[in-house]
Amino acid sequence: MEIWVSQIFNGLSVSSILLLIALGLAITFGLMRVINMAHGEFIMIGAYGAYMTQQIFKSTLPKSLFDAYFPVAILASFVIAFAIGYLLEVTLIRFLYGRPLDSLLATWGVGLMLQQLARSIFGAPNVAVASPSWLDGGLTIFTGVVLPYKRLFIIGLVALCLFAMYMYIYRSNAGRRMRAVMQNRDMAACLGISTRRVDSFTFAIGSGIAGIAGCALTLIGPIGPSIGTYYIVDAFMVVVLGGVGKLVGTVAGALGIGVFNTLFEWWTDASLGKVLVFLCIVAFLQWKPMGMFAVRTRSLD
Amino acid sequence: MKKSNLLKGFVLAMTASLALAGCGGNNNNNEASSSSSAPSSEAASSAVAAGGDTVKVGILHSLSGTMSISEVTVKNSELMAIKEINAKGGVLGKQIEAVVEDGASDWPTFAEKARKLISEDKVATVFGGWTSSSRKAMLPVFEELNGLLWYPVQYEGLESSPNIFYTGATTNQQIIPSVDFLLEKGKKKVFLLGSDYVFPRTANKIIKAQLAAKGGETVAEEYTPLGHTDYTTIIAKIKEAKPDVVYNTLNGDSNVAFFKQLKDAGITAADLMTISVSVAEEEVKGIGPEYLTGHLVAWDYYQTTDTPENKVFVENFKKEYGADSVTSDPMEAGYVAVYLWAAAAEKAGSFEVDKVKEAAKGIEFNAPEGKVTIDGDNQHIYKTVRIGEIKADGQIVELWNSGGPVKPDPYLTTYDWAKGLSDQ
Repeated sequence: MEIWVSQIFNGLSVSSILLLIALGLAITFGLMRVINMAHGEFIMIGAYGAYMTQQIFKSTLPKSLFDAYFPVAILASFVIAFAIGYLLEVTLIRFLYGRPLDSLLATWGVGLMLQQLARSIFGAPNVAVASPSWLDGGLTIFTGVVLPYKRLFIIGLVALCLFAMYMYIYRSNAGRRMRAVMQNRDMAACLGISTRRVDSFTFAIGSGIAGIAGCALTLIGPIGPSIGTYYIVDAFMVVVLGGVGKLVGTVAGALGIGVFNTLFEWWTDASLGKVLVFLCIVAFLQWKPMGMFAVRTRSLD
Repeated sequence: MKKSNLLKGFVLAMTASLALAGCGGNNNNNEASSSSSAPSSEAASSAVAAGGDTVKVGILHSLSGTMSISEVTVKNSELMAIKEINAKGGVLGKQIEAVVEDGASDWPTFAEKARKLISEDKVATVFGGWTSSSRKAMLPVFEELNGLLWYPVQYEGLESSPNIFYTGATTNQQIIPSVDFLLEKGKKKVFLLGSDYVFPRTANKIIKAQLAAKGGETVAEEYTPLGHTDYTTIIAKIKEAKPDVVYNTLNGDSNVAFFKQLKDAGITAADLMTISVSVAEEEVKGIGPEYLTGHLVAWDYYQTTDTPENKVFVENFKKEYGADSVTSDPMEAGYVAVYLWAAAAEKAGSFEVDKVKEAAKGIEFNAPEGKVTIDGDNQHIYKTVRIGEIKADGQIVELWNSGGPVKPDPYLTTYDWAKGLSDQ
């Protein structure tokens, strides 16, 4: 019984982390169709954003304020990743729209460069980020089942990001323009939308959300130059399984992979569990090649 | 339309070249670029370029990629040893010149760079490698060209190449004594957790045989892929199995995720003992000591090891690489390797590989970890085994040691229960 409750919670928690790392990609790859191999490196940038914020708080502010660094870090990570994403779009990505193979190679190269850059700036060894004390410990439901606050916090953060993204994409004018451009670029341009500006902003927002993911992941995982490579495959899996271009698909994909991965890992072991999950995904995509939720569109592309 | 295509092509070419520059950007040596046109003659490979006032040695570690986390610091301590020896007049009156190459965490690259160092740079010896995979990739190259490699990391044993000196611990200098230590403490139910590759699987095979022979019990054996970052399910399995101790052979970043999530699950070192063989001072710094306080590790050297040589070593290292830097077992083993090679070359009166190997037998050196001696039979070294506990300041304090250097036994021939392990 305890095991079941805690495993269901673990499955949800893994799903929330998958969703967090895939949300940014759901924009840059899902909506914009850029095969963005540098997505993992934006997660890495976010993680180092948290590290830098922590160092600044440690060195300049009194100790009593230290616990407040984390909300600031989330914001800082978003801003830094947003800025670098914007820069990347303006200097490189915009030349590669509609050329998936080229964008795959180019963004992979950018990813390698960002990794090496991080290594030059912060050094090759991992750095440590102390989590704020208000996230230590956990909520005891009943004996033997502890829900760590950090996991609950990440679930909350994901829900918040998801809500904000939903409001932006489906309920704001900027979001409407964004969807218009992604669905039919020429028509949108004819109607007077600056597609260039929309592209840059959309890519930057996707990168910024990856930055938030990186910041949150410092709570539970390592912080080093190559951490992006651990998450990139999972992120793509979630977006592809859910259906490219649909936010609700990304949520469903993350839930599916997270819960099944946890179950399979419980029944077998970590390596085999992953293999089984991938097998299921392949089988599912054979059945439904467009993923769980396909975009209905009239454009011919 | 045509114009924009041209522009796109240009940008792609730019990107590609930038990406390439990014990959190769970490060669912080001055030799690599100039020697590319030199014809490599394999026949004359073991000829050592020791003309003039200098002798070249190779340093081959991953300076980029996932293993650079660990290997960069070993490179640093090896360079420091070279600098110290040069300051004292060098070897056989010659200054040592280091040719630093990047293995890039990629095993074929290690083999290729090893070949380049021996045949083109004509180095007298190479210090390098970390993962067993990189060592196994370089081994045939060193044997074919009769080169000399000093390998500075603890490993799974069951190997002894005539062209490699092993200055890290083999299993009977780290793992086997640590399991004995656990059994002595009454920790009989052991949960084995490791990364899924050569070293943890071989190490766990040995541990299982040892536990079976000595009255312990393996309650579970779990492996996770390298770079695995979610340990909630593993932790649930640990809770279910209720072991006395978790024997941790995870490698690299997975340790960070495991210990952070273990603490989040409300399990501290007081509730459940863990002992790790791949977590040293450098890793403690990267994980955050607050997650590790009270957990155990097994190595042959700690920054706190109390010898006069270690005081000097730590002091010099901090002077060279900053007051925040820490020293760890593999770094010390790399440092010792340089000194042992220099001593062997002095004794041989030559840089020829065969003469150095012959002279190396029985050489003693007062290392930071205490006295080490090269075992001529298997080219490993005698080392003192130490079990330590991680403290809140990130330092490791010794709880137990073997009382003196332990003779290396890579094939475990002196253990009855280990019969049959080495044939597999």
